[in-house]
Amino acid sequence: MSSAALMKRRWRALLTTLWKQRVSYLFIAPFMICFTVFIVIPIVLANALAFFSFDAISMPTFIGWDNFLAILTQDRIFLQNAIPNTFKFAIIVGPLGYSLSFLLAWLIHQLPKRIRDIFTIAIYTPSLSAGVAMSVVWLVIFNGDRIGYLNNFLLSIGVVQDPQYFMNIMIIVSLWASMGVGFLAMLAGLQTVNTELYEAGAIDGISNRLQEIYYITIPAIKPQMLFGAIMSVVGTLKAGAIGALLAGSPITPQYSGHLITNHIEDYAFIRYELGYASALSVVLLLLVYGSSRLSFRLFSSKGEE
Amino acid sequence: MGPKLVHIPASKVGKRRIRLSLARWKKIDLFQVFAMTGLTLLAIFMLLPIVFIMNHAFKPISELFLYPPRFWTNQPTLFNFQQLLLKSQTAVIPFSRYLFNSVLTTLVTVAGTIFVSSMAAYAFAKQRFIGRELFFSFTIVALMFAPETVAIPRYLVIANLGIMDTFLVHVLPLLAAPVGVFLMKQFMEQIPNELIEAAKIDGAKEFVVFFRIALPICMPAVATIGILAFQGSWSQTETSVLFTQTESMKTLPYFTMTLTNGLANNVVGQGVAAAAGLMMFVPNLVVFLLFQRRVLNTMAHSGIK
Repeated sequence: MSSAALMKRRWRALLTTLWKQRVSYLFIAPFMICFTVFIVIPIVLANALAFFSFDAISMPTFIGWDNFLAILTQDRIFLQNAIPNTFKFAIIVGPLGYSLSFLLAWLIHQLPKRIRDIFTIAIYTPSLSAGVAMSVVWLVIFNGDRIGYLNNFLLSIGVVQDPQYFMNIMIIVSLWASMGVGFLAMLAGLQTVNTELYEAGAIDGISNRLQEIYYITIPAIKPQMLFGAIMSVVGTLKAGAIGALLAGSPITPQYSGHLITNHIEDYAFIRYELGYASALSVVLLLLVYGSSRLSFRLFSSKGEE
Repeated sequence: MGPKLVHIPASKVGKRRIRLSLARWKKIDLFQVFAMTGLTLLAIFMLLPIVFIMNHAFKPISELFLYPPRFWTNQPTLFNFQQLLLKSQTAVIPFSRYLFNSVLTTLVTVAGTIFVSSMAAYAFAKQRFIGRELFFSFTIVALMFAPETVAIPRYLVIANLGIMDTFLVHVLPLLAAPVGVFLMKQFMEQIPNELIEAAKIDGAKEFVVFFRIALPICMPAVATIGILAFQGSWSQTETSVLFTQTESMKTLPYFTMTLTNGLANNVVGQGVAAAAGLMMFVPNLVVFLLFQRRVLNTMAHSGIK
């Protein structure tokens, strides 16, 4: 048989299989369409736009790597404020917030079943309220004059208002609201751990709770911890919006709470340098992707069994 | 490198177990008391801002700006809520319009997300077709996606779709919810294949199997992604700020944001803003309280392997 005829037959066989499986494609079609339109295309577009100079009115002009060069060499606010701020914010809210939610989930799990629910709700509720709803509270508590609750207290011990506290406030508020889906996933994961494992561990010589966590709990709920870690990476990004809410504009006082997300917003929706803003978002996408990969490295249970 | 295995003769194991479990009991008691005190303190601390906004919303003007500031309200009134309704009745767009927009778009989003995600999840979990692994791995990668990073291209895509300034713009972008598909797929994998096979032998088509068998079994997961969709839609301001221009197309969170923006020194608006914030937050809490069990049940399967 000639190879052309063979190819033709293979082709036909493939088409028949695809046609047989058409129901499956129908099932995933609505999601895949939304997914492509609102996630894939924007990411591809962002990557493409990053190589153009585009002001939303005239046609984009191709400028190669210039945007990236400008980010690395000319953008002082990016290098002096956005990068250090983002790292400080991300390190504290990300890994620290994540460890905190694991610790809290574990502590709650140590309590008798009946009272677990109360604590779960108490810890989870703040993440529900994140965003707009609470900004009035933060404004009142952290208000600059003596009406502000915290300020009232700080004034009485002699600390004064300073833009450098802005970042700390952002971090506190974000940490407060960071016990979200990941926290629930880990808590639920803890409840699935087979209790016989702990008994077996005790016989094998595990003597304290720290060893128990390290040798039994963490390996057992690794998959849930990975899910939690990824939710935490994404959540940290979202939490960056808190600065804009507190300050009332994307530009925080003296760039004290300026994160990469704010920097993008600044260039995109205030200065209309869309190409440059896209280049910035490519940098951010890479950072996020890198941190997620790192979480996969740390928590993946592939190839262990 | 776990703790060393100590070989214990079978006769001793029984005794040792009893002793161990006794020791465990004593240790747990002390530890649990400790954990509970710590958690209670933390829970109270975490709930403070929420208790505060509840109080703030019911404070009369005379108490809102007392110096030194007070936490509890002495004479609760509904004055702020009345103001919220009255103030906005005199405005061009009444409060009820924002509320209507929010309720409508949130309901459609929740229903749409459940439908779209569970269909895709069913195909991923229970059907065999070419490209299944590939498409699902896209979904996993998309878990790390945060729309904030690519706001500009998203804007361009939506502008070119022609759904700018319509109700659809509050719904469609939120339907691409990889987290929902992922959680649902993990849950659907629990359904025994025999059940589906049996139904098919009885002559049921895929869609019937999906609606009559798969969905009813997965009600906890349905509730969970419903809640996540609700939280995502009810309090987001992104679509109102970026994708609509007509005031009558914007939603309640946007209205709340206009009330709280630059509020720091605003005397009149604070109580009203607190009332609006409370209205944003309470539905979130109520929905979670209603379905808490199911959410935790679903989250137990959230692991990424």
